[in-house]
Amino acid sequence: MKRIIILIAALAAAMSAGAQTIAITGGTVFTLGPAGKVEHGTVLIENGKIAAVGANVRIPGDAERIDATGKIVTPGIFDPESQFGVVEVSAVRETRDAAIKDMPFSAAFDVAAAINPRSVLIPVNRIAGVTRAMVAPVSTGKGHIIAGRGAIIDLGSTENFIHRDPAAMFATLGESGADLAGGSRAAALLKLREVLQDAKDYADNEDAWAENRRRGYAVSRLDLEALQPVIQGKEPLVVEVNRASDIEAALRLAQEFRLKLIVAGGAEAWMVADKLAAAHVPVLLNPLEDLPAHFETLGATLENAARLQKAGVLIAFATGDTHNARNVTQAAGNAVAYGLPWLAALKAITLNPAKIYGMDDMLGSLEPGKAADVVIWSGDPLELTTAAEHVFIAGRKIPMVSRQTLLRDRYLHELRDKGALPAEYVHPVRR
Amino acid sequence: MKYRPLLSLAPAIIFCAGLGTAHAAEPAVSEFPPDPFPSTYRPLPSQPTLIEHATIYTGTGARIDDGAVLLRDGKVAAIGKRVAAPKDAVVIDARGKFVTPGLIDVHSHLGVYPSPAVDATANGNEMTNPNTAQVRSENSVWPEDPGFNTARAGGVTTLAILPGSGNLIGGRTVVLKNVPATTVQAMKFPGAPYGLKMACGENPMRVYGNRGQFPSTLMGDVAGYRQAFADAQAYDRAWKAWEAKVKAKGRAAAGAPPARDLKLETLAEVLDGRINVQMHCYRSDEMKTMLDVSKEFGFKIAAFHHAVEAYKIPKLLAKSGTCAAMWADWWGFKMEAWDGIRANIAMVDAAGACAMIHSDDENGIQRLNQEVAKAWAAGRRAGIDVSKAHAVMWMTLNPAKDLGLADQIGSLEKGKNADVVIWSGDPFSVYTRADKVFVDGAVVYDRQNQKRQAVSDFKLGSFIKGSAL
Repeated sequence: MKRIIILIAALAAAMSAGAQTIAITGGTVFTLGPAGKVEHGTVLIENGKIAAVGANVRIPGDAERIDATGKIVTPGIFDPESQFGVVEVSAVRETRDAAIKDMPFSAAFDVAAAINPRSVLIPVNRIAGVTRAMVAPVSTGKGHIIAGRGAIIDLGSTENFIHRDPAAMFATLGESGADLAGGSRAAALLKLREVLQDAKDYADNEDAWAENRRRGYAVSRLDLEALQPVIQGKEPLVVEVNRASDIEAALRLAQEFRLKLIVAGGAEAWMVADKLAAAHVPVLLNPLEDLPAHFETLGATLENAARLQKAGVLIAFATGDTHNARNVTQAAGNAVAYGLPWLAALKAITLNPAKIYGMDDMLGSLEPGKAADVVIWSGDPLELTTAAEHVFIAGRKIPMVSRQTLLRDRYLHELRDKGALPAEYVHPVRR
Repeated sequence: MKYRPLLSLAPAIIFCAGLGTAHAAEPAVSEFPPDPFPSTYRPLPSQPTLIEHATIYTGTGARIDDGAVLLRDGKVAAIGKRVAAPKDAVVIDARGKFVTPGLIDVHSHLGVYPSPAVDATANGNEMTNPNTAQVRSENSVWPEDPGFNTARAGGVTTLAILPGSGNLIGGRTVVLKNVPATTVQAMKFPGAPYGLKMACGENPMRVYGNRGQFPSTLMGDVAGYRQAFADAQAYDRAWKAWEAKVKAKGRAAAGAPPARDLKLETLAEVLDGRINVQMHCYRSDEMKTMLDVSKEFGFKIAAFHHAVEAYKIPKLLAKSGTCAAMWADWWGFKMEAWDGIRANIAMVDAAGACAMIHSDDENGIQRLNQEVAKAWAAGRRAGIDVSKAHAVMWMTLNPAKDLGLADQIGSLEKGKNADVVIWSGDPFSVYTRADKVFVDGAVVYDRQNQKRQAVSDFKLGSFIKGSAL
């Protein structure tokens, strides 16, 4: 019963939060900014932003103080490739909005318009410290060579939750791309080149095209327009590729069209780490991938992350499982077990995604002026037995409740109190 | 089972069990002939080994600080605070390290859905009939699956390989020792009972319903199991009647035995208690229904696998003596997995039921200790205060019970098989790795010694320097 009262209190406090001033005191703060690691530090949050961080921060009298003594304080986790708000139950098609079926090119498709900020998946993951996410289109069914555009969202609000849109374009080469293009990697590259050339041609001849004085294009007007920021090098193109030679092909394509390339997947990226570093191309990877699950991942290894980082490649971790995006801390911990420095692993789930998407002026570290996405952890955030104890997103204090904690508490009640009445009469938290 | 490709319907090669013995002189005829694919497993060469000064989680729920365990002739010869080193023993100073029994995964598809995952290797689901009780996963296992090696590097010494969950009755499971081999028979755990893989819920009704076939609903699923066992009862009666006749009047007077039917033979073995059912089942209501079905026909469900809603009926599971094999936190990938919670294992355990982790995954099997650590921590946050030593049972003794092998494996007790893992640190830490893995007293994996790191044939030639195992 005590638990239930605490939950009610937490929820009430969260609802009254908002623009208030909060001081997190006494914790070991990993700012990931110029202040570095601060022992017994204070993080001051005002108006949704970090107002100050350091060992000697003056705390306003009206600030709510949260004692983080003995705890670890870090920036929130940023998932660089998720389906938050566009997939609820993966196998229930009515709850999926992450892609258009059977269209090899859908550049104009933008998931942002479909995002449901009230998704059950969001509280499940944000109470474990996930505060920001790129919501990306994902291949379902036959998949896409160009799937469309993704948006960066804030997991703490149902209003103004879209932080940047469009934030990136997503494409697939390698085995899946080849299949979509009719059975060869060469065909997929050819078709992608054609579309990019069309986008350039369209930009140069828009009037002529409108007057029907220009050749036909491989994709629609909307797709060509959507591709403009990509061919101008303003919006990143995230390409799913795994085999070393496929990564090299993507690098050549990026050079030819001056694209801002991001490699996703990258199981064999370590084999071409020097080339990726030289081209300043970052990699979104799952550090747990170590099996030759496909012929394009024969070189998969648990040391991928460590080797890329050592070569100077900017890396971020994406597990590809939005329901359990929270488990990225475990993935990062394993990367440490296989050679990645601890701080680099923490950055790979916080600061680096922000950098990769050009959002590090606002997100990714605890620096004055940045959005206050802050997590207080019971211990080492990468450890399996550690929990997020408090989570703030843009300064909002997140209620530490999800559908899963409610289910748990309902059946714990049944387990302990013998359940005189059916469990459905147990209401763990007042709605 | 999460998402196995459902498109690979290439005809599976089914070895007919009867052919192998057809030419033998007057084979003994019985309802249940001997195993047509007998184990040829032999332990790897070993030396007596004393591991001392380790923190030992015994697998029985106990913890021994600064403890020692002696492995000799493939068995645990002694365990305690101090064990004298025999003259011929290799002595390992495990100061700062942890020791557990070898980990056991009761739900793996290694070998039947191996890496690389291509159409030719997708041999885990004989989805041509909702009841394929006649098939055996061992006939699909590819021993070169590199996943066996990566699982071994994660401390897994015993694993059950199951057919997939596309059918109501998927076929026989097989228990393997995780040793490198060129044949599945050389991996087979000698004398381990077979299991029968069955599946509740959405998978069978989706596979067959989408084809406009039976079953397409949950009620169809249940009718399907019941009819299968009703048929098996008739088969069992016919054989038992014939065997009684042989006993009373002799072989000649008894006439021809009933025709063998491999499907009904397997189900009759289940009815006779020789095979336990391993049942893929997510929802609490479906688990209860299956307990009723098992009662109706008098067979035993050893464990519900996946059991995402086991926390809703833990007392029922405890009362019926049915184990639940669970993930730490998988949820939401389909409707029947919608109610998954992280405290599931701890809550089932707290009610006194037999709870365990399982992987169903070639990646998860490499980190069963980490999955247990998450489940343990979730339990603690829910106020379920059990020790780590107790939670170690979720990956050792409890899965051994499910497989009917708790007299041989699952804990470090004198006389049991010397399946042991030496961990670089606390196995509940994300930074810990298995340093040495022993099966029957022999080192089958050594992180410090490349000569004891098996590499699959598949990785030779296509082996890329720097990608492990």
